[in-house]
Amino acid sequence: MEALETYRRLFDNYREVLRLNAAPQMDACRDEAAARWLQAGFPSTRSEAYRHFDLQEALSIDYGMNLYRLGVPAHPGDVFRCDVPSLSTQLFFIVNDLYYPSKRPVQLPEGVLCGSLSAVLREHADLLQPYYHQLCRQDGDAMAAMNTAFVQDGFVLYVPAHVAIDKPIQLIQMFQGEIDIMATRRLLVILDEGASASLIVCDHAITLSRYFSNQVAEIFVGKDASLSYYEMEMTHDKTCRVANTYIRQEEGSRFLTQMSGLENGITRNNITLTFAGRHASASLSGLTLLSRSQQTDNHVLVDHAVPDCQSDQLYKYVLDDESRAVFGGRVLVRPDAQHTEARQSSASLCSTERVRMWSQPQLEIYADDVKCGHGSATGQIDENALFYMRQRGLSEEEARMFLKFAFASQVVDRIELGPLQDRMRMLVGKRFRGELAKCIDCKICP
Amino acid sequence: MLLEIKNLHANIGDKEILKGINLSINEGEIHAIMGPNGSGKSTLSAVLTGHPAYTVTAGQVFFKGKNLLEMPPEIRSREGLFLSFQYPVEIPGVSMVNFMRAAVNEHRSYRGEKALNASEFLKLMREKRALVEMDNKLANRSVNEGFSGGEKKRNEIFQMAMLDPVLSILDETDSGLDIDALRVVATGVNKIHTPEKACVVITHYQRLLDYIRPDIVHVLYQGRIVKTGDFSLATRLEKDGYDWIKQELGE
Repeated sequence: MEALETYRRLFDNYREVLRLNAAPQMDACRDEAAARWLQAGFPSTRSEAYRHFDLQEALSIDYGMNLYRLGVPAHPGDVFRCDVPSLSTQLFFIVNDLYYPSKRPVQLPEGVLCGSLSAVLREHADLLQPYYHQLCRQDGDAMAAMNTAFVQDGFVLYVPAHVAIDKPIQLIQMFQGEIDIMATRRLLVILDEGASASLIVCDHAITLSRYFSNQVAEIFVGKDASLSYYEMEMTHDKTCRVANTYIRQEEGSRFLTQMSGLENGITRNNITLTFAGRHASASLSGLTLLSRSQQTDNHVLVDHAVPDCQSDQLYKYVLDDESRAVFGGRVLVRPDAQHTEARQSSASLCSTERVRMWSQPQLEIYADDVKCGHGSATGQIDENALFYMRQRGLSEEEARMFLKFAFASQVVDRIELGPLQDRMRMLVGKRFRGELAKCIDCKICP
Repeated sequence: MLLEIKNLHANIGDKEILKGINLSINEGEIHAIMGPNGSGKSTLSAVLTGHPAYTVTAGQVFFKGKNLLEMPPEIRSREGLFLSFQYPVEIPGVSMVNFMRAAVNEHRSYRGEKALNASEFLKLMREKRALVEMDNKLANRSVNEGFSGGEKKRNEIFQMAMLDPVLSILDETDSGLDIDALRVVATGVNKIHTPEKACVVITHYQRLLDYIRPDIVHVLYQGRIVKTGDFSLATRLEKDGYDWIKQELGE
């Protein structure tokens, strides 16, 4: 309650500042969203949806919010070196919640809008009117409402009809600063009819203060459009991330997403995908690697609102030390959604007896001519495999690493961009060898 | 002497399986261990390779003069002890190539040799694959995943060839093999065998011993070696079964 009061006062006192810095369209949604957020209050472990996810500790920190939009001393492109081997992307940056364009000239097909959400919304108000805040408006999540209340800028990608962007677009979102920071991050992705694109969003923390990321992404995949959307978190133990991602798919569209967490503090990913047109398909996957007292909750809702759509979920977790994780996977097949094909699978590998894993698959089926299935498995390292490998000369540690890597590979295999898949494989290997955490201290590369 | 087992007792849980094994193996020798089901043959191989499910309650084992029982399983392997598993384990997602490269390089590093580079390693793979007539496709798949019974056993001998152990234990390598596969596997074992090495063949049948001819045959019964002889012992067992041995023991 105390935290809510602090942020309520902050909102009231800086209401005018928020108005000045954002596009009018963003400001127009603020008061209504703030009312919803304040009425609901911050999510608490007393509510079913956040039962295992305690935000209280993270919210008790006295974060700074960059309300006056102060810049950072060096361009993020100079501070950040991305080590993607042979993956050539068009690069954009968000530092805390401040947008920075690429340092290099960006080449995008004509009509593509890409960059600062606030700037693009100002310039193309009519074009983007039907999209901003349309998907999260109906959602009851208080953090999403708080995001709308405080958001000043973000990242937007609009791809006009029948335009294909071949080169992946990469958005690096980083935390940087010696003080504790709360960032309000917003993404708006719109693919018009027949368009295609790949977007990679990487979350990093390049300094070691405490950070809170409250993110909302609204994604529209138009008729026959195709979008690959990858998110990778590589922050640190003192980071809290709450991300609400909403996807709406029109007829014949194709959507692929993978969210991987390699290093984090506590992370909550809420994903809500709605099929609004027939013959659309979605592949959703996630790879979560946790150590120490890290925690990740993935909550996925796939809403088969119309017939003839396919969804496929694969979520895997590797838990070490005292880490905790949740998988909540809900598939809703509405009464008219005949010929739905929905698959869901979650699996977790628990390396110690101190980890906690909660898996809650939920299939709600109200149509009768459907193919739906789900499976959930929580287990330990296969002791027989471990002994077999040690008998061949591998140390126990190396054998464990091999087995964890093999377990994770199935998810990595779903990445469709070859170079990104290679990079993920490399990062996952490094992560299991404990080489990623070392990297954070060096502050040079992520 | 390569391996010396003195009065070895071992349990699984509270149950005593090995009740005082004494066995000496010299360089160049091939030993066969036969015996009825449940006599402790597989337990002996598991205990010698350090399977964590078994507890040694008494006795000593020396391998090349070193105390084998205090070594973790991987050190036993790197010292040159190999087990061809009765039931090779499937490891989905771990490719044979990566697995073997890691294993070979661990062995090399243990001997103070530098790791093989990719092309040296592939050359070694090719050579050893030929010994057991193993398809290249199998080598590129996940360890034992989806392999037939015969392919799994062939893969065990392939790994044995790759690691070049001084003492190999073949635990019922003949089970699940057809005649052709049996010949290939046995030929592979014979090609690897040299006067510096030794081999223990655990089997129920003389069939495999026709191909891998043992110098010494032991009968393991109720956790003890109750009879030791030459090849003719295997022939007699094939013909008469174990009843005459049980009678000799006064049962």
